[in-house]
Amino acid sequence: MPHNLAGQPVISAHDLSKHYGEFRAVDGISFEVPAGESFGLLGPNGAGKSTTMRMVGGVSQRTSGHLAILGLDPEQHGPEVRAHLGVVPQQDNLDEELRVRDNLIVYGRYFGLPLSYLKPKADELLEFAQLTDKASARVDSLSGGMKRRLTIARSLINEPKILLLDEPTTGLDPQARHILWDRLFRLKESGVTLILTTHYMDEAEQLCDRLVVVDKGRIMAEGSPARLIKEHSTREVLELRFGSERNTTVAPELGGIGERLEVLPDRILIYAHDGEAALEEVASRGLRPVTSLVRRSSLEDVFLRLTGRSLVE
Amino acid sequence: MTTRPAEDYRVDQGSRAFRGLYARNARAVISRGLLATRSSNWLIMVSGFFEPVLYLVSMGVGLGALVGAVVGPGGEEISYAAYIAPALLAVSAMNGAVYDSTWNVFFKMNFAKLYQGMLSTSLGPLDVAIGETFLALLRGALYATGFTAVMGLMGLITTPWALLMVPAAVLIAFGFASFGMGITSFLKTFQQMEWINFVMLPMFLFSATFYPLSVYPQPIQWFIQALPLWHGVELLRQLSVGIFSPATLIHVSYFLVLIAFGMLLTTLRLRKLFLR
Repeated sequence: MPHNLAGQPVISAHDLSKHYGEFRAVDGISFEVPAGESFGLLGPNGAGKSTTMRMVGGVSQRTSGHLAILGLDPEQHGPEVRAHLGVVPQQDNLDEELRVRDNLIVYGRYFGLPLSYLKPKADELLEFAQLTDKASARVDSLSGGMKRRLTIARSLINEPKILLLDEPTTGLDPQARHILWDRLFRLKESGVTLILTTHYMDEAEQLCDRLVVVDKGRIMAEGSPARLIKEHSTREVLELRFGSERNTTVAPELGGIGERLEVLPDRILIYAHDGEAALEEVASRGLRPVTSLVRRSSLEDVFLRLTGRSLVE
Repeated sequence: MTTRPAEDYRVDQGSRAFRGLYARNARAVISRGLLATRSSNWLIMVSGFFEPVLYLVSMGVGLGALVGAVVGPGGEEISYAAYIAPALLAVSAMNGAVYDSTWNVFFKMNFAKLYQGMLSTSLGPLDVAIGETFLALLRGALYATGFTAVMGLMGLITTPWALLMVPAAVLIAFGFASFGMGITSFLKTFQQMEWINFVMLPMFLFSATFYPLSVYPQPIQWFIQALPLWHGVELLRQLSVGIFSPATLIHVSYFLVLIAFGMLLTTLRLRKLFLR
C-alpha cells in the first residue's frame, strides 16, 4: 500500500529513548523534520546524538518511544527505509579491501542497484568529491579529508532523500572542512533533507536551518541558530582574561556590567548588548584584563547558558 | 533547484516475512567478498589451504613411518596417512567455518566496521549472514577440493566414493558455520572470543582424529560421540574408502539437525548481533 506523505514530516520522533542498562543514552526526545530541511543535533560528546542517528538509520533498536522515517518504523522496515537514506557515520567505515571506485560501486550493489546505473554514477560522485584521479587508489592511501569526502560520496550513491551526517567534519583541518561544507551546501540546495550532528557551533550555524540542543540524552532547546542566540543570549559577548589565578577574584568587581556574567576557568564572559561599552565600563572601574575581545554571541554561548558547560571540553 | 515534493518521499511497502531483516540481496555481499578476495586477501586464502596439507605430510608420512598400517573403517588395513587424511579434512572444514563465522564476523563487526556500512544500506542482517556463510562454504569447498587432490597425488585415494568427501566437507562446514554467528552474538570481548579456541583445540585432538575411539573407556566414548567433529571425522573416513554402514546416515543426519538448529539460533540472534 503506497503511503502519501504530502505535508507530513519525513522524520518524526516522539519520546524516543535508548537505555544501555542503567545508562540513558537517549532519554525521551521528540522532534520532527519536514522534507528539504537541514536539521541539526548540537551537543557535546556523549550527549546521545550518535545513538539517535543510529536509531533513525534503523541500526540500533530503541528502548521505547515512537519513530517514523518516511512514515515507516525503521525497526520493522529496515531495508525499505534505508533504501532512501544516505548515512555518513562518525568514523569512516570505508571498505579497506576495495579500491576507491569499487567502494562506491559495491556499496551501490548493497542497495540492489544495477551496474549500468552505478558505473556512471560512481564517476559522477568521484567528480563531486574531487577524487577522480584517485579512482583506482587504495583506500588506506587517502588522507583524512579524502576519506571523509569518499564516505560522503558513497552515502549519495542511492540518491537518498535523507542524508544522515554524524559529525561530518570532526578531525579535519580547516580547509578540508570548508570544502566539505561547500559540498553539503550544494546537496541542501538540490533538495536533500540533511540531518547532522555536530559539536561545532560554526558548522551548525553554517548548515542548519533549525536545530535542537541536546545534552545528556535530552533536548534543551529548539529553533533556528539565529533564534536560539536571540532567545538565550545577548547580541554581543565581551571576553576578558585576567590570568587563571585572578579570574575568580576579579569577578565580584564586575557586577552590574552587561546583562549576565559567566566565569570560566580561563576567562570571564560578559553578556551585553554593546560589548565595547561594557569594556569601557570595565576599564573605568580600574580593572586591567590581560586580553579582551568583543564578539557576536554564538551557539556556544547558548549551550553554556542552557547547560552551564562548554561544548568542547 | 527546488525542494523535492513530498510525494517523492514514498516508500514501497511489501508484506513478506522477515522484510525488516532481509532484502533478498545476499548476492551483493557475496560479490563484494569475491572482489575483496581478488583485490587484496587472496594470499591469506592460499595459506589456509596449506595447513591440513602440512599436517598430513608431517603426521601421515613422518609419524606414519613409525605407526605402520592401521585398521580402517571396514576392518581392512590402510596406511596411517590414509587413516588420518579424511580426519584432517574434517578438522579443516570445521576450523575454516568456525573462523569465518566467529573471529571474522567479530572483527568485521567491531573493528573493520564493514557490517556497519552494509547495514546502513538496504541490506538486512539476514542478507549479510547468508552472504558471509555462502562465502565461507565456497572457500571450504575450494580447500576440500584441493586437499582431496593432494590425497590423490599421495596415492591415498582408492575409490571414486572419495570424491564425495568434498560435498561432505561442505556439509560439515555448514554445520559449524550456521552455529558460529549465533554464538558470536553472545560474545563481546576478545577474552570471551578465546573461549572458542578453548573448545576447538581439544575437540580437534580427541575426536578420533589420530587414533580410533576404542582407546577410550566407554563413558568418554559416549561423550566424544556426542560432539560434532567426531561425526564429521567418521563420515569422511567412511567416504574415503567407500565403506558405508547405518552409522553413515546418522552422521549425515547429525549435521542436518545441527544446521537446522544453528540457523534457527543465528536468525533469532541477528538483531542482537548486528543491531545493538
